[in-house]
Amino acid sequence: MKRSEKVIESFLFACSLLTVLTTVGIISVLVFETARFFQVVPIWDFLTDTEWSPSFSKDQQHFGIMPLLAGTFLTTFIAMSVAVPLGITIAVYLSEYASPRVRNIVKPILEILASIPTIVYGYFALAFVTPMIQELFPGLGLNNFNALAPGIIMGIMILPLVSSLSEDALHAVPRMLREGSYAMGATKFQTAFKVIIPAALSGIAVSIILALSRAVGETMIVAIAAGNKPTLTFNPLNQVQTATTYIVQTVNGDVANDSIEYKTIYAVGMSLFVITLLLNNISFWLKKRYQQVYK
Amino acid sequence: MAKKLGKRMRQKQVRKNKWYEFQDKSFKYIALAATGIGVLVLCVLLYDVFFDGFGRLDWKFFLDSSSRKAKNAGIYAAMGGTLWIMALTTIIAFPIGIGAGIYLEEYNKKGRLSNILEVNISNLAGIPSIIYGLLGLEVFSRTLMLGDTAITGALTLALLILPIIIVSTREALKTVPYNLREASFALGASQWQTIWHQILPASIPGIVTGAILAISRAIGETAPLIVIGAATYITSVPKLPNESFTVLPIQIFYWIGKPQHDFQVNAAAAIIVLLGITFVMNGAAVYLRYRWQKKVKW
Repeated sequence: MKRSEKVIESFLFACSLLTVLTTVGIISVLVFETARFFQVVPIWDFLTDTEWSPSFSKDQQHFGIMPLLAGTFLTTFIAMSVAVPLGITIAVYLSEYASPRVRNIVKPILEILASIPTIVYGYFALAFVTPMIQELFPGLGLNNFNALAPGIIMGIMILPLVSSLSEDALHAVPRMLREGSYAMGATKFQTAFKVIIPAALSGIAVSIILALSRAVGETMIVAIAAGNKPTLTFNPLNQVQTATTYIVQTVNGDVANDSIEYKTIYAVGMSLFVITLLLNNISFWLKKRYQQVYK
Repeated sequence: MAKKLGKRMRQKQVRKNKWYEFQDKSFKYIALAATGIGVLVLCVLLYDVFFDGFGRLDWKFFLDSSSRKAKNAGIYAAMGGTLWIMALTTIIAFPIGIGAGIYLEEYNKKGRLSNILEVNISNLAGIPSIIYGLLGLEVFSRTLMLGDTAITGALTLALLILPIIIVSTREALKTVPYNLREASFALGASQWQTIWHQILPASIPGIVTGAILAISRAIGETAPLIVIGAATYITSVPKLPNESFTVLPIQIFYWIGKPQHDFQVNAAAAIIVLLGITFVMNGAAVYLRYRWQKKVKW
């Protein structure tokens, strides 16, 4: 082999090694700063304290991650309640009912939803959805910043993820199963819900978990429209602070390198990283373990 | 007696069938409505943004930079910063991403190492973008002392979109049939000659499509750039990559945070510009893919 061939190959190898380096970098940065954080704040307090107030004066500081996780959980839950039923319904419709023409029109439109920058969704949630809900249901007492509007919009944002991955899963179910079901006299509805969905369940679960992970890590929509008051609440009408929002709001002010606040953003980032990593790997595992091979 | 019973059962079956048909039909309409909701939200969003911001779009808005007064503020510096970030991110991420894609697909297809790399890349793609911001802040901004400059932003975003470029490069390379490689090897071409003269020309539209989509994603990213400390108030376009910068999404974020209504209008107008850029890039990618798929038939 010529020397230039070797050089090129090692360059390409170095390129792919950079991805490993990125992972190593992310993990070591998070671990390093989080360890420094836990030297000041005991890990037990971090996990169990129900108050989060790092910006207060020293004697009133609390470092409990619970309120932030509650905020993240609440907005994510609302988003999933929008995205999962809508997404699966759309997937069933596109895969079992729609004509190719309709599918070719609808799919690109849904893809557009996925390409819109999240800051635009944030603006939309704050400037349109919240005022609209306030006007339609004045009795609710919806706060100007709340978990509901960004949650709903986040659901719309992850809708294409659920619908297109679920549709792929439904599409992969072989024709024979459908034809068998029709031959028994089943309607399309019965075929879809009693035969096709059970057969594609692992693929649908993967799409849901990936959407969940995306919602947990979503930043701008909640940073703009959900507020910045960390409270341990599950009331969607009030303002909440999610883990991602906390990071954005903290770095938006000036943070000194060695301050405890600088370390908190890494501790919060670490929590986010662990949650999303777990979710992603559950989905990989599901995909590998339960992928049906039809021949 | 037996005859009567059979008739009743038949009637029951007919009623059941009618119910199943009804169920089937109504689901069709419910599903159509669900699809409609997605489309409707998109339309309302576009309408709302245009309604709020279109009147604000004039030449002055493109030529002004940050200002304390909403009427004098514009997106000149932010556009300049976005173009800087776009160019730098492209320069950094394209060669590395495409190179890694080629390595994984052409050189090391099977084996433990490529398995590890593959799992790792899928994991990277799933990490929230804000975490990349934390990496950029600590490594590029503080440890390498690059500060809150355009180069820090570009490096951070390049790492963020690397997995996307790698995956789409591999997809594009996969579509090139194996015969082509064998034919090239049979003529005595080396591995790299085969890749450079045969495989890449055959797959370049697919690779570029993926790369455009990745850059379009980078342009819309806000969170990682806020974390690395991109400026919110900037009056000039950076002349070199080692100066402070701001980008469109951050300018929008800053304006949305202002209480005055006029700044909200500015935000909406800037969103129109950002959406315009995003849609043009996505449209270009889709068009490229469409033409490529039409032309190439193996």
